[in-house]
Amino acid sequence: MAKMNLLQAINNALDIAMAENEKVICFGEDVGVFGGVFRATSHLQEKYGRARCFNTPLVEQGIIGFANGLAAQGHVAVAEIQFADYIFPAFDQIVNESAKYRYRSGNLFDVGGLTIRTPYGGGISGGHYHSQSPEAYFAHTPGLKIVVPRNPYQAKGLLLSSIRDANPVVFFEPKRIYRASVGEVPEEDYELPLGKAEVLKEGTDITLLAWGAQMEYIEKAAEMAEKDGISCEVIDLRTILPWDMDTVVNSVLKTGRLVISHEAPLTGGFAGEIAATIQERCFLYLESPIARVTGLDTPFPLVLEKEYLPDHLKIYEAIKQSVNF
Amino acid sequence: MSQTTKTIEVIHKPEFIQGNEFKFPIFQVLKQDGATYKGAKLPEMDQEEALKIYRTMVFTRVLDERMLAAQRQGRLSFYLQSTGEEGTVVGFAAALDDRDMIMAQYREQGALAYRGFSVDEFMNQLFGNELDYGKGRQMPIHYGSAKLNYMTISSPLATQIPQAAGYAYGQKLEGKGLCTVTVFGEGAASEGDFHAALNMASVHKVPVIFLCRNNGYAISTPSSEQFAADGIAPRALGYSMRAIRVDGNDILAVYLATQAARKIAVEENEPVLIEAMTYRLAAHSSSDDPSGYRSKKEEDVWRAKDPIARMRNWMIKKKWWSEDEEKQLQDSMRQEVLDAMKNAEKRPPPPVESLVTDVYDEVTPQLHEQLEKLKMHVRKYPDAYPKSAGRMTHG
Ligand SMILES: Cc1ncc(C[n+]2csc(CCOP(=O)(O)OP(=O)(O)O)c2C)c(N)n1
Repeated sequence: MAKMNLLQAINNALDIAMAENEKVICFGEDVGVFGGVFRATSHLQEKYGRARCFNTPLVEQGIIGFANGLAAQGHVAVAEIQFADYIFPAFDQIVNESAKYRYRSGNLFDVGGLTIRTPYGGGISGGHYHSQSPEAYFAHTPGLKIVVPRNPYQAKGLLLSSIRDANPVVFFEPKRIYRASVGEVPEEDYELPLGKAEVLKEGTDITLLAWGAQMEYIEKAAEMAEKDGISCEVIDLRTILPWDMDTVVNSVLKTGRLVISHEAPLTGGFAGEIAATIQERCFLYLESPIARVTGLDTPFPLVLEKEYLPDHLKIYEAIKQSVNF
Repeated sequence: MSQTTKTIEVIHKPEFIQGNEFKFPIFQVLKQDGATYKGAKLPEMDQEEALKIYRTMVFTRVLDERMLAAQRQGRLSFYLQSTGEEGTVVGFAAALDDRDMIMAQYREQGALAYRGFSVDEFMNQLFGNELDYGKGRQMPIHYGSAKLNYMTISSPLATQIPQAAGYAYGQKLEGKGLCTVTVFGEGAASEGDFHAALNMASVHKVPVIFLCRNNGYAISTPSSEQFAADGIAPRALGYSMRAIRVDGNDILAVYLATQAARKIAVEENEPVLIEAMTYRLAAHSSSDDPSGYRSKKEEDVWRAKDPIARMRNWMIKKKWWSEDEEKQLQDSMRQEVLDAMKNAEKRPPPPVESLVTDVYDEVTPQLHEQLEKLKMHVRKYPDAYPKSAGRMTHG
């Protein structure tokens, strides 16, 4: 085991994937010599050469279009979009192309080798355009997988699975905890399953569900609630598409209560999808309405980002309301 | 007229035309020592205008130095300098009509300063206080001013370029003889939006000036990894648009080129592309360290071409400026920036209500509800949200 932060774990996963399979190719803006603006691709060009790790011109639609072609040809494309806020110029390539290659060709062609890595989320004083959590836009697109790790151990295992998965994956990296989150990470190769949630803590009174950078806050809120004698079950969804219904359903059948939190705005956020499904499957077991703790239905602010973001206090309040309903 | 009605030369061997056979010349007027090239056409610029340009360049340099220092001290979350590119930025602004629209990228604080954005206005935006026109929503340096015809900066690169074509089309329909200038880096010129913009503008004949600051780098990516061709200027030819390449550190050349481009745009309703060759002497931003991707030696070559020094040398030669005046100007500007910074820092942030305004023209019922819920929460935990708790009215 080694101590790694989330970025180092990602770098390590890329290194392993590139060493193992010479078809793996990493590219994006500033990923070459510089190693990416956050240094996630550090030293890869040195090790594997410019043909397999390179800077692209500054054009996201080009990066993903290129990646789609490369993956259709049989290579394993790992494309970086510098910030998730800048994934939108590539939206057409992802939503209409990556996601539908296999379906529209009757499985003659696919871009399963594609993985799109991109830092997402707020809490870094990034303001309007360096803070968004756009997972819900992609969750509306059949054919994609969407993965969000919460710590270094997961980041490595989930990224390796994503790169080796036979479907295009959008891999959102919580940039707020890139360096803050340090943990034990095995140096060897390992994978964590896509499409499986992880139960971090078992409990009986209420289920708390989140992903990525929000996990830190729901764990903290759970601690606060436990002091009030509320037993919390804490689940990390890890994969947003396809999401692990069974784990969440089983938990809510047991606890009868559910709080979901995410940074993205409330309306149309992925929590809404989860809430609808859970009330469908667990209706008679629910003791209180499913609560969503999310960003506001506004763009992301700068100065008042603390007010905007869901945090442990807001989740704690939601837990109390749910339990005292 | 369809293409087939023109006479076209016919060849009988497959001869290809190589894109980079044509090399764009570079327009230059001013030497580094302040002398001008023999035979160069000089602009009609009087001392007053020259001083205004010069002062603005010095102001933005001082602002950049001070603000970068403030960022290093943790007083500011982020900053982004224009150092090394002041000649391009102030030069183009000076050649325009103040009513022309500017749609910039983010390294163009000099253009805004030239139009009269005050040091306090700069500071209010940088500190995101209650007087910031952008209400503390965007990162530092995302300035905007409706009064000064300066469109608020948006971080996603190149989005302003096709918008400029549209804005200019509107100006053309109004027939006021105005144009739009849009500024972008050579990196941003790779985006699809750039290509879409040039095509739209040339097809629809709009009075827009596309101004590329080719400063050699897009963050760490050198221009050699950005494009294979001879820079950005030749791209205009593919869209049947006029283009000029200019020494971006030569204020007089930039000024003249922009004046000429403006004439084409406004009088002929034709788009024009200007590629200003310059160099980003500073780091990309306060989050960047250029020592990871370029040499000090390379920077020094460009430091010797400093556009501010070049203009100062010219003005001293003309007896329009002296070393004494220089020192006074530097000192007074430093003081002005420091005082303004202290004032702006002390001002409170925008009130919590500003979170939900301007999303739509009116606050929707949902947003009302979300705001009320948030306010209740902040009242309950005032220590956790110090920026808004202190200013919230009770009740
Ligand atoms: C669509 C988009 N992609 C990526 C970024 C991140 N980014 C900000 S500045 C920058 C480099 C821009 O380089 P250039 O256009 O050459 O301008 P310069 O900084 O050199 O003045 C990048 C990649 C962004 N802001 N928008």
